[in-house]
Amino acid sequence: MSTGTEVRPGTRSGLGQSVRRPDGTPKVTGTFAFSSDLFARGMLWGRTLRSPHPAARIRSIDTSIAERMPGVASVLTARDVPGRPTYGLEHADQPVFASETVRFQGEPIAVVAAEHPELALRAVAAIEVDYEVVTPLTDAEAAIGAAPIHPDGNVFRHLHLRHGDLDAVGAVSVEGSYEVGMQDQAFLGPESGLAIPVDDGGVELFISTQWLHVDRDQVAACLGLPPERVHLTLSGIGGAFGAREDVSLQVHVCLLALRTGRPVKMLYSREESFHGHVHRHPARLWYRHHADPDGRLVKVEARIVLDGGAYASSSTAVIGNAVCFAAGPYRVPNADVDGWAVRTNNPPCGAMRGFGAVQVCFGHEAQMDRLAAALAMDPVELRLRNALAPGDELPTGQVITGTAPVREVIEAAMALEPPPLAATDPPADGTMDLPGGAGLTATRADVVRGTGLAVGFKNLMYSEGFDDASTANVRVELDHRGEPLATVHCAAAEVGQGFVTLAQQIVRSVLGVEQVALRPADTTIGSAGSTSASRQTWMSGGAVELACLAVAEALAERAGYGGGAPDEVLDLDVVELLREGPIDRTRAHHHPPTEPLDEDGQGDAHVSFAFAAHRAVVDVDPELGLVKVRHIATGQDVGRALNPQAVIGQIEGGIAQGLGLAVMEEMLLEDGRLRNPSFTDYLIPTALDMPPVTATLIEQPEPGAPFGAKGVGEPPTISSTPAIVAAIRAATGLELPRIPVRPEHIALAEA
Amino acid sequence: MTGATESYELDVDGRALPVAAAWLGESLLYVLRERLGLPGAKNACEQGECGSCSIFLDDVLVNACCVLAADATDARIRTVEGFGDADHLSDVQAAFLGTGAVQCGFCTPGLILAVHDLLDQVPDPTGLEVREAISGNLCRCTGYGRILQAVEEVKATRSGASGPRGESP
Repeated sequence: MSTGTEVRPGTRSGLGQSVRRPDGTPKVTGTFAFSSDLFARGMLWGRTLRSPHPAARIRSIDTSIAERMPGVASVLTARDVPGRPTYGLEHADQPVFASETVRFQGEPIAVVAAEHPELALRAVAAIEVDYEVVTPLTDAEAAIGAAPIHPDGNVFRHLHLRHGDLDAVGAVSVEGSYEVGMQDQAFLGPESGLAIPVDDGGVELFISTQWLHVDRDQVAACLGLPPERVHLTLSGIGGAFGAREDVSLQVHVCLLALRTGRPVKMLYSREESFHGHVHRHPARLWYRHHADPDGRLVKVEARIVLDGGAYASSSTAVIGNAVCFAAGPYRVPNADVDGWAVRTNNPPCGAMRGFGAVQVCFGHEAQMDRLAAALAMDPVELRLRNALAPGDELPTGQVITGTAPVREVIEAAMALEPPPLAATDPPADGTMDLPGGAGLTATRADVVRGTGLAVGFKNLMYSEGFDDASTANVRVELDHRGEPLATVHCAAAEVGQGFVTLAQQIVRSVLGVEQVALRPADTTIGSAGSTSASRQTWMSGGAVELACLAVAEALAERAGYGGGAPDEVLDLDVVELLREGPIDRTRAHHHPPTEPLDEDGQGDAHVSFAFAAHRAVVDVDPELGLVKVRHIATGQDVGRALNPQAVIGQIEGGIAQGLGLAVMEEMLLEDGRLRNPSFTDYLIPTALDMPPVTATLIEQPEPGAPFGAKGVGEPPTISSTPAIVAAIRAATGLELPRIPVRPEHIALAEA
Repeated sequence: MTGATESYELDVDGRALPVAAAWLGESLLYVLRERLGLPGAKNACEQGECGSCSIFLDDVLVNACCVLAADATDARIRTVEGFGDADHLSDVQAAFLGTGAVQCGFCTPGLILAVHDLLDQVPDPTGLEVREAISGNLCRCTGYGRILQAVEEVKATRSGASGPRGESP
C-alpha cells in the first residue's frame, strides 16, 4: 500500500491514519443498538401479508377473522392509507398496499399489529384474499412491446447514446451476448424499525435506512402529514449496499403506530427481507467491439436491457449509468449504445453497490478479452493501449478533468507475482483447499488454473443534474472539565462504512480538537443525501469540513484576525477563545453542477470517476465444474486514503460481493416466483470462499474533492466479478457468457 | 393468547434470570433479545445459517435461533455480553477493534464467540482451520480479511509472539 498521506501537525487520530471506529466498542460487546434491537414499553409487533402470486387481480380482502383474534390490535389495508397511496424513490408508482392489482410475488397486501410476533404471524395467516391469478410478464425483452402492466407503462427509460461516427468500422470486430442474474444485497441486519406516535398527531420513526430525508418525505406523503410532523432518527444499520435506499416497512409501521396509538416494531424475517427490498437488475447485453489492427478501439456498439421488475425504484438512474459506462474505462471515439430499463412482474430492482456499472463491466471486459484473442494480443496490453487518461473524452462527450489512473490501476493489479501452482501441489493445507472444499470431491490431478484481469469504473455522487448536497453542523465548546469538545451533527447514514470515524478525523485535522462527539443522525438537520454512489466521504465529509472551516473562521475572529479562516487555527489558544461561549456553524456542501444527458446520451452528466482493476487467480476442476478463487490482486484509484484500514475493508468487502456474483449468488426466479429466499439456498461467500487479497492504493488527489479523496465503496464490486470469470475462461477455454457461473456451466458445457 | 405459557429460569452469563409467562414456542434467541434485554446475539436469518446468534450452551457454540428457550433451563448459557464490557474487552474483542474487523457490526458478536471457541480449543490453528472454523458465521461487509488478521493477532499475542501481520492469511 502506498503511503505519503499528509497529516496536519499536532493531530492525533486525524486524516490519513487508521483510526478506530467510535462505534466499535459497543459493536464488539453486543451493546450497539441496531434497529432490530429497539424496544419500547407497551410496543406491538407488526407483520406484513404478502402476495404469493407474481401477477394477480385482487377480488376481495377479508380481514374480519384476523381483526377479531385476541391480541391483535390492528389490521390495515390500502383503504387505511390516509395520504398518497403510492411511493417511490424517483417515481411514486409503487402502492403502499396492493388493492386491485398484484405486480410481484411478495407485494404487501395488508399489515397487522399484535401483542406478540407469533400472534402477528397467525393474524396475517388469517387474512383471506381472493386472487384471480394472471400470467406474469417475466421476460424483460418482451416487456418492451407487451401490453402495459402498470398505468405508467412498461418502459422506465430508454436511452440511446450516439457518439462520433456511427458508420465507423474497425479492421477487426468481435461480437458477444452476455447475461447477468439477479443479485441480492443480502445485508445481515434485516429490515426493522420502531414507530412511536407523538402527541401532536405525528410520528417518530427509528429506522435503518440509507437516506433519512427521502424516507421522511415519502412516509409523510403517504401518511398525509406535513413532513415536519414525521421525525426520523437513524438507528444501527446492519449493512445496506443499496437495499435500504427504497422504503420497505417505513410507511407500514408508522400507519400501525398512528392507528393503534402505541409503539410498533416491525422486523422482517430473512425470507421476507428477500421479498421486501429491491435487488440488482438482471441484464441482457449484446456487444460489438471494433478495433484497428493495432488494437485501438474504433467503435463500441451495445444493447442493454435491464429488468427493473414491478416498480421503478431507481431504474432510470441505473440504466443511465449502464449506458454511460457501457464501453468501460477506455478511449472509444465512436459509440452506439441502446439501453432499456423495463417493468416486469419480477421482483423490483434498484440500487446495489456498483449501480449499473457492474452489469456492463461483465460485458465490456469479456469483449476486451475476446478482442485480444481476435487480435492475437495480450489482453493486458490491449487494455493499456486503450486506457482512459485525464483529458480524454467519454462516449457521453464529457472530458475527464480529474484524475484517471487507469494505467496505474492495471499495472498495480498485474505487478504482483501470481501465487505459484506449487503452493497447492503438493497441498499446503490438505484437500480442503481444493475446489469444492469440504465436499472433498475434486481430484488434484484434474485441477487447472487460470488467471484473468478486468478493469472498471463508475461515477461518484449523483449525476445528470441532481444536486445531492449534504449538510453538517459543527459545535465547539468547553466540556465540564474545561477541555475543547467538538460535536458533529449530520444526517449521513452510517451503514458500516465508517463515516462516523471519518467525521471525527476531519474535525481533528481541521480544528485540532481531539475530542469529537457525534449526535445521532436525524431529520432535525438538513439532508445529507444518500449513503450510496460512493458519495458520503466527498459530500458529507465536505460538509463537515466546511462547517469546521466556518468554526475556524469564528475562532480567528475572536482571536482578532480579520477575514477568512487562517491556517493558524491549529496554533490558536482554543480553550481561551471558547471561554466566551460555544461556536456553532452549519454548512451545506454542493458538488459542481452536472447536466442531464441529451437525447443522444451526450452531456457533462457526472462529477467524478473512480477506477479499479482486479486480477483473479482461480483453480477449477473442469469435470465437476467446481471453482476455487485462489487470489485477488487489485489496484484502486482512491484519490487519497483518509483511513487506510477502512479503505482496505471496503476493498475486501466489495471483492467478496463481486466474487458472490461471479460464482455463487443469484435469486432464482421461475415465472416470477423466487425459489431461494433464504441463506440456505441463496449462498453468499464464507471465509472459505474468500481468497487472500492484495490491494494497492493509487493515491492521486482528485482536484475539487475534499481532501483529494475519492469514494472507495463501489469500484471493488465492479471489476472483481469479470476478473474471476475471465480466470475461469482461461482455465477452461469455455465462453461462460452468464453470471453467476454454475458448476453445470463448466461440467456440462459442450466441448 | 399464543398458546401454552410458562415461567422458568435461565442461567445466563452466571446469573439466574427469570422468564415470566412466556410462550413455550419462543426460541432462546427471542427470549434473550426480547425478554431478557440481551440483544448481543443477532437475528440475521433465524434458521441456523448465518451464525449471527452464536452463543455458548454448556460450552458448546450453538445458534440460539435453533434452540427452544424452555429447553435450555438446565444449561449454562454464555452470550457476548458475558465476554467483556467496554472497560474489560476480551483479547478477541480488542483485536477486532484494532484490525478494522468491524464494519456494520451485525455479524461481530457471533464471530467473536466463534473465534474464542476456536482459539480456546485449538491455540495454533492453520489459516485454513481458521477459515473453516468461522465459515458458519456470515459477514457481508468485510470480505473476512481483517477478521482473519484479528485472529492472527490474538494467536500471536497468546503465544507470546509479537507484531501484527500485514496481509490476510
